[in-house]
Amino acid sequence: MTNLIDLTLNDLVNKVKSKEISSKEITTAYIDRSKQSKKLNTYVEETFDSAIKSSEKFDTNPDFKKKLPGIPLAVKDLFCTKNVKTTASSKILENFIPSYESTVTENLWNEGAILIGKLNCDEFAMGSSNETSHFGNVISPIDDNLVPGGSSGGSASALAAKLTPATIGTDTGGSIRQPASFTGTVGLKPTYGSCSRYGIVAFASSLDQAGPMTKDVKDCALLLEVMSSFDPKDSTSINFKRPNYSSNLNKYIKGKKIGIPKEYRVDGMPFEIEKLWEKGKNYLKDCGAEIIDISLPHTNYALPTYYIVAPAEASSNLARYDGVKYGFRAEGENLIDMYEKTRSQGFGDEVKRRIMIGTYVLSSGYYDAYYLKAQKVRKLIKNDFDNAFNKVDAILTPSTPSSAFKVGDKKDDPVSMYLNDIFTVPVNLAGLPGISIPAGLDKNNYPLGLQIIGKPFDEQGILNIAYSMEEKINFKLKTNDWWIK
Amino acid sequence: MIICLKINYHMSIDLKTVKHISKLSRISIDDQKANKLEKDLNAIFKWIEQLNELNTDNVEPLTSIAETTLRFRKDQIETKNIREDVLKNSPKDNKDYFVVPKVVE
Repeated sequence: MTNLIDLTLNDLVNKVKSKEISSKEITTAYIDRSKQSKKLNTYVEETFDSAIKSSEKFDTNPDFKKKLPGIPLAVKDLFCTKNVKTTASSKILENFIPSYESTVTENLWNEGAILIGKLNCDEFAMGSSNETSHFGNVISPIDDNLVPGGSSGGSASALAAKLTPATIGTDTGGSIRQPASFTGTVGLKPTYGSCSRYGIVAFASSLDQAGPMTKDVKDCALLLEVMSSFDPKDSTSINFKRPNYSSNLNKYIKGKKIGIPKEYRVDGMPFEIEKLWEKGKNYLKDCGAEIIDISLPHTNYALPTYYIVAPAEASSNLARYDGVKYGFRAEGENLIDMYEKTRSQGFGDEVKRRIMIGTYVLSSGYYDAYYLKAQKVRKLIKNDFDNAFNKVDAILTPSTPSSAFKVGDKKDDPVSMYLNDIFTVPVNLAGLPGISIPAGLDKNNYPLGLQIIGKPFDEQGILNIAYSMEEKINFKLKTNDWWIK
Repeated sequence: MIICLKINYHMSIDLKTVKHISKLSRISIDDQKANKLEKDLNAIFKWIEQLNELNTDNVEPLTSIAETTLRFRKDQIETKNIREDVLKNSPKDNKDYFVVPKVVE
């Protein structure tokens, strides 16, 4: 029998449905491997015992009509899970136990999935390397001391190391697609309003979206289908007819027009990424798609815009952590002193830096110069995409300007760290769907990804393009289990 | 107004401003942290200010990506008897209230 941990999510679902394997067998296999993989530091909370019980319960009375029947899943610790500690990898929430469930995770459990644990991430999802977590760095299974990317770094690492058959992350500026690219996995950020934000620890509310992270594109379609729903509890959730992404998945992309934005050819981008992009174009041509050069003239301004908008929203969202109703509290001489000490000791350096940037750009006298300016440039960036989508069906770009780097390499230079997200951030600013798929290796054998950006609500379109390319690319993720003793 | 903005664009963030922002953010910082933040914030804002190359005089700000008006919902209570749940995570134990340092003398 093939090793259970090598199977895709779809394979596992099929084998459960055909009664070839039980939920308990799968759950036990992933838990055993997770226990041997402490070195990667992917879990911040394990729910192994309750998962085994849930799997036994499923096997006693199985419902094979579910889309994820008895499938164990670990999820990013940014999703609130009822009665299971949810920390956002922050000291300020280190003892927080939600009394409610996020809509996205609720959707997973309703379809039969079983929680096996909560995964490490950058603190409040602020970071691109998983080095800002209160619970320590996550290591990529690709190489020792290599970052998995961020902020969904624990998710990417656990998926690539086969500690969970699939997982979910959140993406505010690239936090699903960049770690997927760094670890040779598939990650999709849906259209803003597609997946409910209810019960997800808020970072930047006009940008945050949850999305699937999977071994392949077919799994991605299945998981998105389960996650995405209209939710009255999220005021920006959009009520549109969600297609059946997995059964509509096909490789027929003949005649599709794919745009190549010239502005994404940035200075200092390694030749191997340029080459990879070229290869991607050729694969698409082989599939019968038409390649069209386009321009997104305001691309260069996306990152500085993001670093006004996101911190501004974050400073407002994180004002709730004051030590009064939940979370960590430091004692103070009076109320203000208590607030200031709680927030000083409870937040890490990157989070404090972003709260302060946000507070500054929203403060009296600077609002127009920074925040209003950024909102106007955001409009120009969105207009760029609107214009491009008059001519093309989707856009192909590299996912990141470089491959993964070693722990500590970029930690002391915030701007250089921010540049990681240069190709992913514009997609969040414009609220579009984007998917990163593994496309090759660099000279160190580190994975590199390509990104496909779609029109609003055209997740099916980019999934189909990704599905077609995946077959041509034929990427195989290889790790030799070096972290298992 | 325009003159005021132009001054802002080229102003660097000094230590006094850093301490003022930390006060507004309700985050206490010591001098060493303040010095580091002064350096970091100046680097970040120098980089951010490339936005001023763009003329945005006639551009409408984008405030929401969804561009829909917010939905109304019925004004009715959906959750009941959750006092215990609400107080469960409070850092200071008291089954009836959130407890904070004395505010009114």
